[in-house]
Amino acid sequence: MSTFVYMTRCDGCGHCVDICPSDIMHIDENIRRAVNIEPNFCWECYSCVKACPNHAIDVRGYADFAPMGHSVRVRREEEKGTISWKIKFRNGTTKNFVSPITTKPWGKFIPKLADGDKPNKDEINSQRLFTEPEGLNIDGELPVIPKDSFKKGVYY
Amino acid sequence: MLLINPFSILAQTISPLVLQFFVIVMVGLVIIGTLVDIIHKKNVKYFFDNAKKAKLSATRKIGTGERVVVIAKTVVHDIATTAELGAGKRRVAHVLGMYGTILFWIATVVMIFCYTSADSVTPGVWPMMWHIGAILTCIGGYWFWLFLRVDVLAEAYPWYRIIKADLFVLALLACATFGLAWSYTQSLNLENRWDDKVFLTLYIISNLILFGGVYWSKFAHMFYKPGAAIQKNLAEADGSRDNLPPLADKPKQFGLGIKREEPKHY
Repeated sequence: MSTFVYMTRCDGCGHCVDICPSDIMHIDENIRRAVNIEPNFCWECYSCVKACPNHAIDVRGYADFAPMGHSVRVRREEEKGTISWKIKFRNGTTKNFVSPITTKPWGKFIPKLADGDKPNKDEINSQRLFTEPEGLNIDGELPVIPKDSFKKGVYY
Repeated sequence: MLLINPFSILAQTISPLVLQFFVIVMVGLVIIGTLVDIIHKKNVKYFFDNAKKAKLSATRKIGTGERVVVIAKTVVHDIATTAELGAGKRRVAHVLGMYGTILFWIATVVMIFCYTSADSVTPGVWPMMWHIGAILTCIGGYWFWLFLRVDVLAEAYPWYRIIKADLFVLALLACATFGLAWSYTQSLNLENRWDDKVFLTLYIISNLILFGGVYWSKFAHMFYKPGAAIQKNLAEADGSRDNLPPLADKPKQFGLGIKREEPKHY
């Protein structure tokens, strides 16, 4: 599944470009509207869908397993602090949910990378992420699966 | 300069009929460009098909009276103030450019068709409107193009990177800028100087690009956007809401969310 943009709704504000964790939401050079440049790499996180102030972004299912007719849409009301979901099933059943927005203010809970120590070359080339292994709540090294334990026929 | 009709001075050397013919040709180019755009991109067909599909999930029927009220509210609130851009600099810049352009074009048409004959006297309000319109267009347009454009603000491209989507705004800015420059140099009464003729030529070329390039530029968004705003509000009124959930009922204040800071995090 991947996001797509209703061109009549989009006003090219750039919120989706900024928030997309895969960096695949970009601005079309012909019409200056948002476009998902690489649908294969969209992991349906819904960040852009929720961030869009004009509800211009939707997510579609692949036609082979999710025939047209269903929809999962979201309305983020920042002034109310709520995020509402409407799930429409293929048989027409709809369900509505309302939750509080749990987005943390910028800089308060997000690691301040600029304040930390500069990583050395080994750390840059390491497979570990910034918060690992502490963030995984494990002691020592990351768990490793030895290649010889893979099932026969799986090659890496 | 502000109170001088630049077209009446021009009409002393060029027949007013030529000026009027030029305006008619420009209007024709806009109509043809928009129609070709509609036929080629099939966006209007998609728009109406989508609206028809949305109607099937409507939860209530809206009468003609309510429909008129919704459309009137959309025109006053959404279209006249470009509400979809939210509160912020982009909206201010867009409103400046929009009203500036409207004033500029209306004054151009009135002055060319009513006040270019030899015996006519142009009321001061029309040249004033023309110049103020051009100045507002420049303020809103340059502000947008240099600082607020999503390419610059969100994509972090330099302001001088020009793409096809800039055709409309740059042609519009060229019209306003060269129009003002032409009006100013012409008002100086510099005999046999090249200045005003050069700026007049540039003004004509930028008009040809602006109105002749409708098919390739974003010009037609001026017609599509109001239609989309009306459809959106009608969908809210009839309960279909483009499958969006209803507005949250009895919400609590949970937090500020992502809009607390401008999206500019690199």
